[in-house]
Amino acid sequence: MFDRRLLGSFDWVLFGLVLLAATIGIANLYSSTSSWNFSGIPIYTKQGYWLGMGSTIALILTIFSYRHLEHLASATYLACVALLASVLIFGKTSMGATRWIDLGVFNLQPSEVMKVVIIITLAAYFSQHESNEGYRLKELIAPGLLLAIPVILTMKQPDLGTAMLLLFIGMTMALFAGIRRYALTILTLLASCAMTGGWFLLHGYQKDRIRTFLDPERDPLGTGYHIIQSKIAVGSGGLWGKGFMQGTQSQLSFLPERHTDFAFSVFAEEWGLFGCILLLGLYLAIVLRGIHIARKADSSFGMYLAIGVTAMIFWHIIVNLGMVIGLLPVVGVPLPLFSYGGTSMVTTMIGCGLLLNISMRRFMF
Amino acid sequence: MALNSPQPDDLSRKRRFEWLMLAAIFFFTLLGIRLWSLQIIYGDQYQTLSQKNRTRYIPIAAPRGPIYDREGLLLVDNRPSFTVSILRQEVTDKQQLLTRLATYLNSDWQQLEADWNKRRYYPQYRPIPLKHDVARTTIENLSENSIDLPGMLIEVQPMRAYPYREAAAHIFGHIGAITERELTQQRYSDYHAGDYIGKSGIEKHLEPYLRGIAGEKLVEVDVKGKKLRQHQVRPPLPGKSIFLTLDRSLQLQTEQAFGDQSGAAVVLDVNNGDILAMVSRPAFDPALFASGISNDQWQALVNNPDHPLQAKAISGQYPPASTYKMVTALAALHEGVISPNDLIDCEGRTTVGNRSFRCWKKTGHGPTNLKKALRESCDVWFYEVSLKLGIERMSTMARNLGLGRTYDLPLDSEQSGLIPDKTWKRNRYNAPWYKGETVIAAIGQGYVLATPLQLAVMTSTIANGGTLYQPHLIKRIEEFDGKILKQYGPHILHDSELDLEDLSYVKRGMEEVVNHPRGTGKSTAIDGVIIAAKTGTAQVVRLKDDPVDGEEVDIEEIAYRHRDHALFVAYAPAKKPEIAVAIIVEHGQHGGSAAGPIAKQIFKHYFTTKADTSTGGPDV
Repeated sequence: MFDRRLLGSFDWVLFGLVLLAATIGIANLYSSTSSWNFSGIPIYTKQGYWLGMGSTIALILTIFSYRHLEHLASATYLACVALLASVLIFGKTSMGATRWIDLGVFNLQPSEVMKVVIIITLAAYFSQHESNEGYRLKELIAPGLLLAIPVILTMKQPDLGTAMLLLFIGMTMALFAGIRRYALTILTLLASCAMTGGWFLLHGYQKDRIRTFLDPERDPLGTGYHIIQSKIAVGSGGLWGKGFMQGTQSQLSFLPERHTDFAFSVFAEEWGLFGCILLLGLYLAIVLRGIHIARKADSSFGMYLAIGVTAMIFWHIIVNLGMVIGLLPVVGVPLPLFSYGGTSMVTTMIGCGLLLNISMRRFMF
Repeated sequence: MALNSPQPDDLSRKRRFEWLMLAAIFFFTLLGIRLWSLQIIYGDQYQTLSQKNRTRYIPIAAPRGPIYDREGLLLVDNRPSFTVSILRQEVTDKQQLLTRLATYLNSDWQQLEADWNKRRYYPQYRPIPLKHDVARTTIENLSENSIDLPGMLIEVQPMRAYPYREAAAHIFGHIGAITERELTQQRYSDYHAGDYIGKSGIEKHLEPYLRGIAGEKLVEVDVKGKKLRQHQVRPPLPGKSIFLTLDRSLQLQTEQAFGDQSGAAVVLDVNNGDILAMVSRPAFDPALFASGISNDQWQALVNNPDHPLQAKAISGQYPPASTYKMVTALAALHEGVISPNDLIDCEGRTTVGNRSFRCWKKTGHGPTNLKKALRESCDVWFYEVSLKLGIERMSTMARNLGLGRTYDLPLDSEQSGLIPDKTWKRNRYNAPWYKGETVIAAIGQGYVLATPLQLAVMTSTIANGGTLYQPHLIKRIEEFDGKILKQYGPHILHDSELDLEDLSYVKRGMEEVVNHPRGTGKSTAIDGVIIAAKTGTAQVVRLKDDPVDGEEVDIEEIAYRHRDHALFVAYAPAKKPEIAVAIIVEHGQHGGSAAGPIAKQIFKHYFTTKADTSTGGPDV
């Protein structure tokens, strides 16, 4: 099953880039949490554990050929949809949203698993139904349904951030698979109508977040607080930043969630535009490497899989950074490899493992 | 090349990849431009804002949930307490402040400085607490002179209060500051250093309910962390209210009845297993822990030979002595080895092999039947019966009545006692079982051990006709606004399937213990209610293996620690039982004379209170 020659084709570039980003992330967590959590295992150490665990998972995932996943696609998809549905029935409610299933040892968040599963499912679907001139509207119904079911279930929880990400990942894959121009136009029109209609289906706090995003000053101490404080943190960083562990915004705890969703604001405050551009470059390199892997993939399934995983990482970065610097509403999406959290780290590393897997096998015929 | 692999020269695919890369670069460029705009174009503006930034969230501690008795009478609550803290930015002269504070607080300034240094890594705006629970007069004194104490801050915090001090202390348990080790545990994952948690008893086992949800206040500060103004954003949510099955006045009465004696008592409702009172003496004041116990106080508690920290009612394992005789009697009737009216001639001793086992009454009881054996606690009757019965059948009945097991109360260190049998002895000592051991087991001595709770359960099971109820302590849990969260009703563990006729003979014997001129517990009788009981005297150390007849032992001469434990189990009213009690007075000598009076007070209190409420209240 495992060929020694594979070791020679291990993608050190991707793995190195990912480890570099995660290491910077841990250093940043060290800074952002140094002023609190006086005892117990420090957050940055825990994140180190998660990185170790994630890397191990990624490496284990490279042992078996990714092609086996194609046969597992429908089963995992059905299982994951069932899990999502059961969350709505038996799930654990935390902070007003029901997202977790309590497994005793840890809490499983099926919507997180769904991100990977939908990628595998759509990759299997598109690779088995290739269309040279692009899909017609009619041909998009099946993949559309595959995507819509988990998206709706996730929105019900309600977890708008993850639902949005699932949608973005699926749409990226569909766009890449090719959609005929007339179908695309009709879909765009439908989407704009749906967005207008969807407003009325949103929960109060979700509407609040969007309203506040459009005008943060209308509630500077409530929902607008995050955005205002984050923008002040980022903006006050200037060109060179205030220096490691010197950010007043974060060290004096003006910034909420500064170790999770807003970890980047701490970085931007302390390292300035200079650091930000370097970090953005690093993330862009990871994304471009992902696209490169897709391009060189040895099968159509592998190509779609790599596109999906890259899209997942890409949209997490864009949505999180967009939110932190006030371009998008606050939806609670973590920055991959940077925000504290085991779930995000493990999901990202699973994605990374799949990319490594596809990359390693491109020379095998 | 595999059939499904993409063709590298596929033009449209190549173009799609190019689009993909362009899109990625486009989005990243967009982010870069936005960052440029925030950090460079508007950078100065945001830097000014960050200098002036003045708002931040600070948590407000939530009060723990109160604990009530079965009627909703308060048992444990919180009271406001004063903490003297330091706001570092306002301190002008640290040395001077500490010396002055030391005088007011009547403590050592070096100690205060050590406390200060221990918490110096607190965020600047967060006050450092120096002394908790400072007396009101001291606080008044301090506030009058606050002008000379720049940087001192007086904070009001909820403090756990136990208005009945030592009463039911072992049930409530105590709270304390969370330790470093506890902070690393999964169950305390959302706690912070400095938080108080339940360390034992209900406080510990119902911690998730008792703990409230911390509130938040928005504090305006300048960039150096100096506090300017504050307003509450989210009020703290108090913990849930716990309603125990305890009856407050009965609990207090029972505690009081012990006086200076050590021991334990349990009062059960025989018809549902509610624990109405549970006392372990001596006790401790849980409030000592709430405000931080001093080393001296702690040492005094730990080194006290009467073990005030031990919950004797559930973790004290004593030989049940003669209170075990109901077990032997019921087993004998159940197995048919003897009839209730069969007579055994007690001559003051029974001989097994070359050993002689004495009855407590050296002159003997003469011809004795079951009723008389129970009433006058004739040991020989039980010796003889046990030889026919054997240890296995006796122990089966003991377990059937609720002995030898734990009941999973939400408390610490509940013990299972010990009901011995041959397998146990083989495993424990790798030795066979001897007949002599059966004989002493029949009167609840030797290996047999039981906790006061188990003895109360046994008595209750006999009283109610054989239903073993799960003894329970928690009646219900409510949200702070009164919404019921959980409710616990009676739970039957098993039906002992006792023959009602067998039982009636044993019960009659127990009634005569109190209501017969020669009963061993006749001094316990009260007006208006018929009590059924059994006394017991448990040997702590064997005085002499087989004392010579006629040798008198003077109680005064026996060292206190070597004196026998006094036991007493009872239920009432005899015909329609409502409550069962089990009492042990450590080194109290005789069950009837030392433990009986406590039972008497419990019954008196229970039935007079009941009469008062039924005549005073509206007729139903």
